[in-house]
Amino acid sequence: MHLLAAAAAPTFEVSHWTFDWVGLIPAIMAASFLITLFFGKRMGKHVHVVGVAAVSASFVLALITAGAWINATNSHEEDHSDDAAAITEFAGGETIDGVDEIAFVEAGEEGKEVEARPQAVVNSWCWFDSSDAPNSEVDCSDRAAEKPISIGTLVDGQSVLLLVVVTFISLLVHVFSTDYVGGDRRYTHYFAFLSLFTSSMLFFVLSASTLQMLVGWELVGVCSFALIGHWWEDKPNSDAALKAFLTNRVGDVGLLIGVTVLFFAAGNSFDIRTINHAAVVGDIGSGTLTVAALCLMAAVMSKSGQFVLHTWLPDAMAGPTPVSALIHAATMVVAGVYMIGRLYPVFWEGLAIPGSSINAMALVGGITVVGGGLLAFVQDDIKKVLAYSTVSQLGYMVLALGVGAWTAGMFHLFTHAIFKACLFLGAGALSHACHHSFDMKKEMGGLRKLMPKTFATFMVATGALIGIFPLAGFWSKDEILVGTSGNGDYKIPLAMALIGAALTAAYMTRVIMLTFFGEYRGHDTPHDPGPRMMIPLQILAVLAIVVGFLNIPKSFPVIGESIGLTLEHWIEPGGGDVFPVIDHGKASFAMAIIATLIGAFAIFLTYSYYAKLFAKNPRATEVTGGLRDNNKFARGFHTLLVEKYYLDHFYQGVIADGTKGWLARGTYWVNQNIIDNVINYAGKGAVVSGGFIYRFIDQGAIDGTVNGAGQTALGSGSVLRRIQSGRIRQYATLMFGAATVLAAVFIVAV
Amino acid sequence: MFLNQFLLFAAVLFCIGVYGVLTRKNGVLVLMSIELILNAVNINLVAFGAFNGTVNGQVFALFVIAVAAAEVGVGLAIVLLIYRNRRSIDVSEANLLQG
Amino acid sequence: MISAFASVGLFAQAMTETEEWVANGVFYVIAAVAIISALRMVSTSNVVHSALYLLVVLVSVAATYIVLGAEFAAATQLLVYVGAIMVLLLFGVMLTRAQIGHEDDLDHDQKWIGGLVSVVLLAVMTYAVTDQWGTQKLPSDRMPQNTQQVADSIFSTYIVPFEAISLLLLAALIGAIVVARRD
Repeated sequence: MHLLAAAAAPTFEVSHWTFDWVGLIPAIMAASFLITLFFGKRMGKHVHVVGVAAVSASFVLALITAGAWINATNSHEEDHSDDAAAITEFAGGETIDGVDEIAFVEAGEEGKEVEARPQAVVNSWCWFDSSDAPNSEVDCSDRAAEKPISIGTLVDGQSVLLLVVVTFISLLVHVFSTDYVGGDRRYTHYFAFLSLFTSSMLFFVLSASTLQMLVGWELVGVCSFALIGHWWEDKPNSDAALKAFLTNRVGDVGLLIGVTVLFFAAGNSFDIRTINHAAVVGDIGSGTLTVAALCLMAAVMSKSGQFVLHTWLPDAMAGPTPVSALIHAATMVVAGVYMIGRLYPVFWEGLAIPGSSINAMALVGGITVVGGGLLAFVQDDIKKVLAYSTVSQLGYMVLALGVGAWTAGMFHLFTHAIFKACLFLGAGALSHACHHSFDMKKEMGGLRKLMPKTFATFMVATGALIGIFPLAGFWSKDEILVGTSGNGDYKIPLAMALIGAALTAAYMTRVIMLTFFGEYRGHDTPHDPGPRMMIPLQILAVLAIVVGFLNIPKSFPVIGESIGLTLEHWIEPGGGDVFPVIDHGKASFAMAIIATLIGAFAIFLTYSYYAKLFAKNPRATEVTGGLRDNNKFARGFHTLLVEKYYLDHFYQGVIADGTKGWLARGTYWVNQNIIDNVINYAGKGAVVSGGFIYRFIDQGAIDGTVNGAGQTALGSGSVLRRIQSGRIRQYATLMFGAATVLAAVFIVAV
Repeated sequence: MFLNQFLLFAAVLFCIGVYGVLTRKNGVLVLMSIELILNAVNINLVAFGAFNGTVNGQVFALFVIAVAAAEVGVGLAIVLLIYRNRRSIDVSEANLLQG
Repeated sequence: MISAFASVGLFAQAMTETEEWVANGVFYVIAAVAIISALRMVSTSNVVHSALYLLVVLVSVAATYIVLGAEFAAATQLLVYVGAIMVLLLFGVMLTRAQIGHEDDLDHDQKWIGGLVSVVLLAVMTYAVTDQWGTQKLPSDRMPQNTQQVADSIFSTYIVPFEAISLLLLAALIGAIVVARRD
């Protein structure tokens, strides 16, 4: 009974005015950027009004768009009953049991319900038209089948999700910043760049072609650079900004190569849907896809802070805390994850995700989870801990995508944005109260009594991060763990994820203990921040509690059937056409309980460690005479972590210094010895030839000729003078002799 | 009578005269040798006149004699002047026109 | 050499012709005298002897004219050359204090140059003469040309050269006086 026998899930079209006008959202933010830049000085202290108003408007529009999408997705099910009737008529009037399910049967998979999926709405305009030039393939005229270089928007579940996330977090950060950076020396620039960043991120999220994604990618990198180095008067800040930008640059090479490879492989097209379709149906060879996937992975490694190229993220904490919350927790760093999600068929086929037990993406993600988690233990700066936590959680997202749990990765992106932003803003509130310092050991401690509201939000967000039931992180992290068994036998990534869960619980507990428990070690009078900082925190904390329920598994008792997997229903594209057919792991209680137990055990260990410490000495922050002092191995391992696996030393000392050392020396040698010598020899040659010409040609030949003529005249004159001797006899002799000769000549010859 | 007799005779006298001009140091002797040359020429002229049967040879010879007389007169005057100035008529000493 | 042989040959030939053997014989005598005198003239070391030998040559030339039938030329020769020019030359010898008797260096040192030139000249002329007028004879019916014929020729055909000669003699006269004047 496969009347609609197709390997693909059927798709239907949706339309709404927001889908066509969605380009307004980044445009509003761009306008806000320009206005702030050009008129900011005049507005003085009130420049934030422009930014906040713009981002609020964008948020509202994003909500409307999201609502429209959800509506369109849901409303299709009601309409579909008509199709079922039509099908039964087509089948000749036979009544078949379960007639509603016929239209939804997928070929080859009996008994599995496949829902129809809404098609993404793509609007594009020609960006660059060189059809007038000969042999040009860039043709935007109507007769061209495709518009290769075009600019446009692509609206589907994934982009709508990110729209909401980006605008929402940006709004909260805007409001938070009005208090946090109030009175700053470059208040105008800060808000201008916040607007520009939001606009770039939205542009990136909505892009319909890889070329556009490239532009958005670079733009957010620039904004990150500008915002990290906001207080560039201090050299460490500008160094951190440069490090961020240059490390991203290293990965961007991969992005460029990957985009180019996909352009040619997909038949000269930058269009994302075209590329995906070509990858899914097998038009692109798997070798090409592997190359493209690996190149794009390099870009993801740098932008999303995966291991080896993550070194910039902790240093980026030199920027203002709201910036860290927005860019380095919630939005920019997820650009890489978003890109993987967007071009998922490329990775699916290229890295052979289905049916393997390990692949490059899962491996990188797993190593990042564990590596980042370990590094979070040895940080004294609370923001650095949160930064490494972000690195670790990004590893989770990449790991999820690597094992084929697409929705799990997106879901984790969503929840992580919320609770990590809450944590960062909380850290901002803490520093605001503690002498503008982030040092946990020196300036904080025992703040749970002094800043109760902050303590509450921080605790909620920490619980979400660790994955405590029923907070958001629990659901998303569990879904990842479950997803490792969905498309293959990914045991090693599962192990890494579980270890990461334990580490997360441990280091976050350490942070809580050092910051909120014990005795206050600082010099300030800490108190809860004002409403403009407090309310965003509270909003985020509330969301961290509830938002997890968007994607609970369907097998969850009582509410699972009705609201389970809602997010997946909204955002996951249908497989077969522009998205591969993926399997979802089976939700299991066992996994959830194991994960919770591991987390609880880690919390207990850490708590008891610090409780013992504080019992001995309330102001202590470290155990003296403990494991580190006694055990050489422990000390070495600790040093390894403190030195961040010596990666920075490697990058700076070996690669950068080594290159510029011998490269500079070699270039200098070439310049002095080869280039200068060429010039010197040219000069010497000119001098020698000049001398030669002077001596031999001018003096010798020319002057010789002139002098010779004179000498000849003198010589011949002195010879011929002897005829004029004055002796008559000689004259007579000559005369007679000549006459004789003449006569002889005349007589004999003539 | 062969014509050649006279011509050869004149040629011999002529050459002896040339020898005398080139050899003699005394100026007067040089003038004498010149007279010898002129006489040889005269013989030639008269011989040809007789050979052709005309009187032109004689006439020419008369003219030559007249010119020779004039020339001897002037020449001797010059020699006397040289003698007066230099006390010697050695022609090899008169080389003031040396170049 | 060649001329010697030529003349001997001619002499031999002439002697066998009986018509003018008198004239030929007379001519050869005169020629011998003249040549010997000329040779002595250019080789003697006595100036006066040289002058006297020249006198002999001049008289021989006059005799030759008579043999050729040129009476007026012979007469003029004797009058002018012997009578005037010789006297003049002797006066010159006297006035320039030529040594009486033997004088040592009358000749240049390099006599061979003159000898060479004259010999070469003689050879050339002999060749020219024998080549051109090899065996041509004087006309056998010739008559001596008398004075009347000469006078007629001078004063009709050659009147202009005659006047020119007069001027020339005048100029030479004045010139000689001017040059040799003692002042």
